[in-house]
Amino acid sequence: MSLIDISGNLLYVAFVAYLMATLLFGGSIKQANATGKNIDKWGKLAIGVTIIGFLSQLGYFITRWIYTGHAPVSNMFEFTTAFGMFIVGAFILIYFIYRLTALGLVALPIALLIIAYAAMFPNEVSPLVPSLQSHWLTIHVITAALGQSILAISAVAGLIYLLKVVDLTKPSKQRFWLEAVMYSLVVVIGFVAVTSTFNAMDYESSYTYIDKEGAPHKIIYNLPPIFGMHEYEAIEEHGMSPIVEMPALINAKKLTTVVWSFIVGSILYVLIRLIARRRISAIFQPLVKRVNLQLLDEIGYRSVLIGFPLFSLGALIFAMIWAQIAWSRFWGWDPKEVWALITWLFYAAFLHLRLSKGWEGRKSAWLALIGFGIILFNLIAVNLILAGLHSYA
Amino acid sequence: MEKIICACGHSNPYGTKLCEKCGRPLTEEEKQNKVVDMRYDGMAIRSKTYNKSIIDKIWNFFSSVKVGIALIIITLIAASIGTLLPQEFYVKASDMEKGAYYEDVYGVFGKIYYALGLSDLYSSWWFQILVGMLAVSIIVASLDRGIPLHKSLKNQRVKRHESFMKRQRIVAEGQVTAGTEETLDKVAQKMTEMKYAVRRDGSALLAEKGRFSRYGPYINHVGLIIFLGGVMLRLLPGFYVDESIWVREGETRAIPSMDGYFIENRDFILETHDNEPQGEQVKQGVNVVAKNFQTDVTLYKQPEDALPGDTENLEKVKDYSIRVNHPLKEDGFALYQMDYRLNELKQMNFELVHKTTEESLGKVEIDLTNPKKEYDLGNGSSVQILVYTPDFDGFENGEPRTKTSVPNNPAFLFKMTTPETPEGEVSFVEIMQPPLEPLGENQYRMKFAEAEMRDMSGITVRKDKTIPIIFIGGAIFMLGVVIGSYWNHRRLWLQVEPDGRVLMAAHVNKNMFSMKKDLDAVTAFAALPSYKDQLEKDEDSEESANGSIKEKEGDNT
Repeated sequence: MSLIDISGNLLYVAFVAYLMATLLFGGSIKQANATGKNIDKWGKLAIGVTIIGFLSQLGYFITRWIYTGHAPVSNMFEFTTAFGMFIVGAFILIYFIYRLTALGLVALPIALLIIAYAAMFPNEVSPLVPSLQSHWLTIHVITAALGQSILAISAVAGLIYLLKVVDLTKPSKQRFWLEAVMYSLVVVIGFVAVTSTFNAMDYESSYTYIDKEGAPHKIIYNLPPIFGMHEYEAIEEHGMSPIVEMPALINAKKLTTVVWSFIVGSILYVLIRLIARRRISAIFQPLVKRVNLQLLDEIGYRSVLIGFPLFSLGALIFAMIWAQIAWSRFWGWDPKEVWALITWLFYAAFLHLRLSKGWEGRKSAWLALIGFGIILFNLIAVNLILAGLHSYA
Repeated sequence: MEKIICACGHSNPYGTKLCEKCGRPLTEEEKQNKVVDMRYDGMAIRSKTYNKSIIDKIWNFFSSVKVGIALIIITLIAASIGTLLPQEFYVKASDMEKGAYYEDVYGVFGKIYYALGLSDLYSSWWFQILVGMLAVSIIVASLDRGIPLHKSLKNQRVKRHESFMKRQRIVAEGQVTAGTEETLDKVAQKMTEMKYAVRRDGSALLAEKGRFSRYGPYINHVGLIIFLGGVMLRLLPGFYVDESIWVREGETRAIPSMDGYFIENRDFILETHDNEPQGEQVKQGVNVVAKNFQTDVTLYKQPEDALPGDTENLEKVKDYSIRVNHPLKEDGFALYQMDYRLNELKQMNFELVHKTTEESLGKVEIDLTNPKKEYDLGNGSSVQILVYTPDFDGFENGEPRTKTSVPNNPAFLFKMTTPETPEGEVSFVEIMQPPLEPLGENQYRMKFAEAEMRDMSGITVRKDKTIPIIFIGGAIFMLGVVIGSYWNHRRLWLQVEPDGRVLMAAHVNKNMFSMKKDLDAVTAFAALPSYKDQLEKDEDSEESANGSIKEKEGDNT
């Protein structure tokens, strides 16, 4: 077995461990709710399995690093997987400060979703282009991702906070948006489900099309095409033909993926609602009913305090130093740079609101969720939609 | 404005909320509060005190945190709008064609985007004013609050009035079980053990830890201002140079803005990875992945006394291989490998031959960047270049026209003179095309022999004297953020009243959780009465707690 195979297997082990740990955390909370005993035993087992998973993923990271010769953070698969790992790491850190088991119940599923999302991208080892051949790749990307993952924990705390306090019995804006957050998580599951299904079937349909500059290209769809590229013509088509042709400005392939994710996600969501006969938020609410709100609020705030300096250092300062070396200017208003600045400005506003305007509790929890939304936007949308210097994958 | 005289006799400046000496609440509002507002330790804040003159009003506007947050949010939204479409400097079109480009590629939306100036948003006047206002807000707000806070922290008294103690978030009251001195000693011992600085004044005690963290926000604001100041310095001449040049292999060129320096391109090297394309690489139709872009250069400098433009007697400074991520640094300048063009025509060789016999009268070697007017072949024959177009693009009014000055598609109007045709014959020659003979049938023609190619490197020349300033600003910012985020200011006041009653209060600017651990430790050790968190909310009653406490305590600076 070669090093890269070992690396892949370690990632599988980590994934399964996180899955088991999630169930154990759920179990520990159920136990606590029911009897008030055995919390310690279940909680310890859950965090133990989490740590095993984390170490296994760290093993994946290190073996892949040795195999490729560079820090495995250079494309969408590698970076997103590492981001998932850092979120688990950040959770472990915060867990040992505050010992709150409920955190694991949300942090681990989010890490699982992120790693599953990463797995939908090609995971082969790709060589580095000249601009990435620098130690700053390691320094900048890892610091930025660490900062982001600790900031993510504040969103985890915020989500638990809201699950507990939002009244789900009467309609309200907060109830709607909380459910929207849950729905968007299901859409990610939809994306993973539809992509991996058609990947397993080796689905491919290929077309030619004309791009916005008028040049002809070839494109391969890995999902049945709903939208066709500009002036597309089929080369080899399976199952279905595009229903609508898109203008050159829109990448119909990506749009097809997004729409498939929403279709499958929505079907899943409706099924869950039909089976459980209540909102997804309401499924989780009983699990978090015993958490201490003040503690959650403090965890949310503390993780921003820990994550913000790291994020500033990695995503702005180290980024500027590297940009000065590689691109001759430390700042160039590239979309990724701008969105890092936006993330930074947002958390700066978060801290000022908290310090001076007393935005605590619920408001702070919503802000933490929005902040995480911005981080995910920068990871997903900016790389895949807004083209720029950072579109490595 | 009159001073406020506290019951303890201390004279406080107008606007003070809590007496600087004993801590008694001085305003009606503070007297009403169950827990006092400990932001800035109750000092008089200019912006909260005066609001009469226009200067007061401007000062108050910029010192307002609400305004600061609004500015941050507006900047954030504006910045995001600029990422909707690529900015102009990333668009490959000349200035004249940019408007058309946005309309062609992005339709009506692109046209509006361009017309509104959003395609060059970050250098627009309004975006810069926005950032400027943010800077003013940072300065004003920091001065407004930082100076009073500093004064208050510096002049802290150990003994505080009971009304101050009882209005802290954490309070404890009860009888001491041991003697007064013994209790104080024990508290002092435990707090010292936990790295608190302990001060005592009679039967009062103040234990304090991490006071410097209160300065964190002000330090990071100073860093930000230095950073922005550094960026603004670029506008001054001499601080910032951004030029680019193309240097062909074998060529030596003067470096723009870098007076007296010359660069020779010895070789341009493009290396690719020899991996099997797979996965994403195949999908995107990328056959090879670049591995290295490198220009081997020699840097020369004119001797001190040389005349400008004198390229003889250049002194060699150094040889260097400029690669991506490895710029050549010299004399405050840095030269970057930014672009390249492969296989540009360098030289074309022709033979002057007789059309029917193919007999050659000699060879003409034309340097395409610097062609000679006339080439004498020696045997009474010569070739003149009447017109040379490096990048031929058709005729205009009978004259050949060139698109650029780069020899992409060279064309020549030759005049060939031989002993047989002393009058000369005219022929128009373009690559890969049969020659045109505008003045009638010729006897001779220019026969293409071979061409020489070479590569060209695009080098960016950059000087940025503001970098050290910007770097220092960034470092100070980081220092401030770390101090403010990773440390917190904890204080514990303890007094034993003459009647044996012990009074304890504690304050922390953030992270109450850790403070309570310290309190638990000292309470147990010195057998103190158990403390109460006056802001502790009942489980599940978040809403009612939110309503009743107007000014929240807990996190403050």
